[in-house]
Amino acid sequence: MNYIALKMLMGDRGKYLGIVMGLTFASLIMTQQPAIFVGLMMRSYSFITDVGLPDIWVMDPKVQFIDDVKPMQDMELYRVRGIEGVEWAMPLYKGLIKARLANGNFQTCNVIGLDDATLIGGPPQMLEGRLEDLRRSDAVIIDKAGAVEKLGVPGPDGKPIPLKVGDTLELNDRRAIVVGIAKTTRTFQSQPVVYTTYTRAMMYAPRERKLLSFILVKAKPGEDPKAVTERIRRSTDLAAYTQAEFQKLTYDYFMENTGIPINFGISVTLGFIVGAAIAGQTFYSFTMENLRQFGVLKAMGTSNWTLLRMILLQATLVGIIGYGLGVGLTSLFGWAMRNTILAFKFPWELLVFSGVGVTLICIFAALISIRKVIALEPAVVFKG
Amino acid sequence: MAELAVHCRGLIKTYDTGDQKVVALRGVNLDIHTGKLMMLVGPSGCGKTTLISVIAGILDQDEGICRVFGEDLLHLKQKDRLRFRAQNIGFVFQAYNLLPTLTAVENASIPLIINGMKRQEATRRAGDMLERVGLGQRLSSLPAQLSGGQQQRVAIARALVHNPRLIVCDEPTSALDHETGHHVMELLKAIALDDRKALVIVTHDARIFEFADGIARMDDGHITKLEDRQIEHHAAKETMDA
Ligand SMILES: Nc1ncnc2c1ncn2[C@@H]1O[C@H](COP(=O)(O)OP(=O)(O)O)[C@@H](O)[C@H]1O
Ligand SMILES: [Mg+2]
Repeated sequence: MNYIALKMLMGDRGKYLGIVMGLTFASLIMTQQPAIFVGLMMRSYSFITDVGLPDIWVMDPKVQFIDDVKPMQDMELYRVRGIEGVEWAMPLYKGLIKARLANGNFQTCNVIGLDDATLIGGPPQMLEGRLEDLRRSDAVIIDKAGAVEKLGVPGPDGKPIPLKVGDTLELNDRRAIVVGIAKTTRTFQSQPVVYTTYTRAMMYAPRERKLLSFILVKAKPGEDPKAVTERIRRSTDLAAYTQAEFQKLTYDYFMENTGIPINFGISVTLGFIVGAAIAGQTFYSFTMENLRQFGVLKAMGTSNWTLLRMILLQATLVGIIGYGLGVGLTSLFGWAMRNTILAFKFPWELLVFSGVGVTLICIFAALISIRKVIALEPAVVFKG
Repeated sequence: MAELAVHCRGLIKTYDTGDQKVVALRGVNLDIHTGKLMMLVGPSGCGKTTLISVIAGILDQDEGICRVFGEDLLHLKQKDRLRFRAQNIGFVFQAYNLLPTLTAVENASIPLIINGMKRQEATRRAGDMLERVGLGQRLSSLPAQLSGGQQQRVAIARALVHNPRLIVCDEPTSALDHETGHHVMELLKAIALDDRKALVIVTHDARIFEFADGIARMDDGHITKLEDRQIEHHAAKETMDA
C-alpha cells in the first residue's frame, strides 16, 4: 500500500510540486531568515569576540552594550591592576572620530586605541603589515572592508580606489599613516575600524576629561574569571563582565531595544503561515481529489489505519523533500553571500527549528486530510 | 453445487439527510445462488445501488438480515468485516474508479495487495488477469491512455484478480456504447462466473438483460418481480449445441 500511496501522490505532478514548493518555501524562510538574524545578532558583539584575549571587560556601570561607550578616568586602570587575581589590565579606547579623506570628504571611523606597550585588543588577523608597525609615528591600521568601501577615494573612472599601506588620512586634523590592513569581523557599526595606540588615540580624540573606554583584564592562571570579575565589581564602582557576559549583555540589548527580532520574527512567522497555507491547502485538495480513490480502497477492504499510514507517508515524503530543498537553498544562499556584507550564520539549531516547523505543517496538512478520509463512507464508490 | 451466496430478509434502509428522510429499501427479500448472474433492474432511484451496497457490506441496513455466504456482515467486527470484503467481494463500478496515476497492472493488483500479497507476485497475477480480459498488451498504460471499454476491462480484472466469491457491479455498461457494453458483459459472464461464485449486476440497461440468469425487478424500495431465466438459457443452449 505504501507503493500505491507514493504513486498516487507523485503521479499528480501539479499537486505534488505545489506541496513540495510550499514546504520548500516554508523551510527556506524558516532557515534563511533566522540565519541572517543569527548572523546579525552575532555581529552585535563581534568586536568583543575579535578582541579575544582578555577574560574580563571593565567599564562604566551605565554601559549597556559594546558600542555604548561611557568613558572612565585613567586612574581606574591602576585601581583595577591592584585588585587581587588580576594578571594584567590594559586600557582600550573606542570612539567615533571623523576622518578626512584625500579628496576632502569626511567619514566617521571607529577608532580603537590599544595599550602602547602590549597592543592587546588588536585585530584578529593582519592582511598587510604587522601589528607592531603601530609603534611607528602616526601609524594606524585599518580594516579591509573599510579600506575598500568607505575610505576609498573615487578614482578617475568613478570607482573607489581602496586605501592602501602608505596612504595618509586625517583624524581630527592630525595626520595618520596607514601601516597595515587588517581583517575584522563585521559589526553593526558599518564604519571603518581604525586601530592605533592608546596614546595616539588620545591625541586624535576630541579633548575630554575622561577617555578610557574599557579596561581589558586577564585573570591570573588558576583564578576563576567569574570570581575576579566579582572582586573587581566590589572593589570599584565599575561594571565588570566576563567576555561571555559582555557578549550576552550586548546581544540582549539589541534583542530588547531594536526592531530586529520582531522583524525577523514576522518574516519567519509569515513564511511558516504561507508555507503551511500553500502546502496544507494543496495537500488537502490533493486528498479531496483522491477521496473517491480512497473510498474505493476502503470498499475493497483497506482499513482506516492503513489509509492513515498512506497519508502520513505522503506527508512525510513531501515534508522531507521540501525540507531538504529549503535547507539546501538556504545553504546555497549562505554560500553565495559568503563574501558580502550580508550577515549569515547557519548553526545546527536552525536545522532543528525549521525541521520542527516543516513537521508541524505536514502534520497539520495530514490531519485535515485524514479527518475527511476517516469519515468517508465506502458506499460513496457507487455514487455516480 | 449451487450454494446460497446472498440471503436477504426484510431489509429496510432509510437515508436521513437532516431535513428529509428517504426510505430507499422497504423490506427487501432476495436470495442469490452461486453459479448465477443476477441482475437488479428498475427505474432510477428505486434503491438498486442501496441494495448492493448493503449486500457488499459497505452500507449498514437499518433493519432486516443480510447474510453473504452465511456471514452477517452487519454484526461482524470492523476488522473482520474489512477482511471479509477484501477476500470475498469484487467491485465493478459505472465510473470504473481506477486510480488515475497507477498503471493498468498496478490497478488490477490492488485487491491482492490489500490482502497482503507481495507486490511482485501481485503484479504477476494481475498481469495474468489482464491477459484474460484481453489487455495483455496494455499492462503499463495509465487509465487515461485507455478507452472506456478498456478501462472497464481493467476494472473487471481488478474485481476478479483475488478470486472473490461475490462480484457486485453497479451499472457496468452505462458509460459504454452498446457494442462495448456487450463485450464487457460477455467477458464478465465468461470469466467471472463459476459454480462457487455469484455475480450481481445492477443495471437499467435493457439491452444487457439477455445475459442474466435471474432478474430481480425493483420499484420504490421493493422487489416487485423475480424472473428465473436460467431454464430458458439452458434450453436455448441445448438447441444451439444440437
Ligand atoms: N446517501 C444518500 N443520502 C440520501 N439519500 C440517498 C442517498 N443515496 C441514495 N439516496 C436516495 O435513496 C433512493 C435510492 O437510491 P439508489 O439506491 O441510489 O437508487 P438507484 O441505484 O436505484 O438509482 C433515492 O431516492 C436516492 O435519492
Ligand atoms: Mg444507482
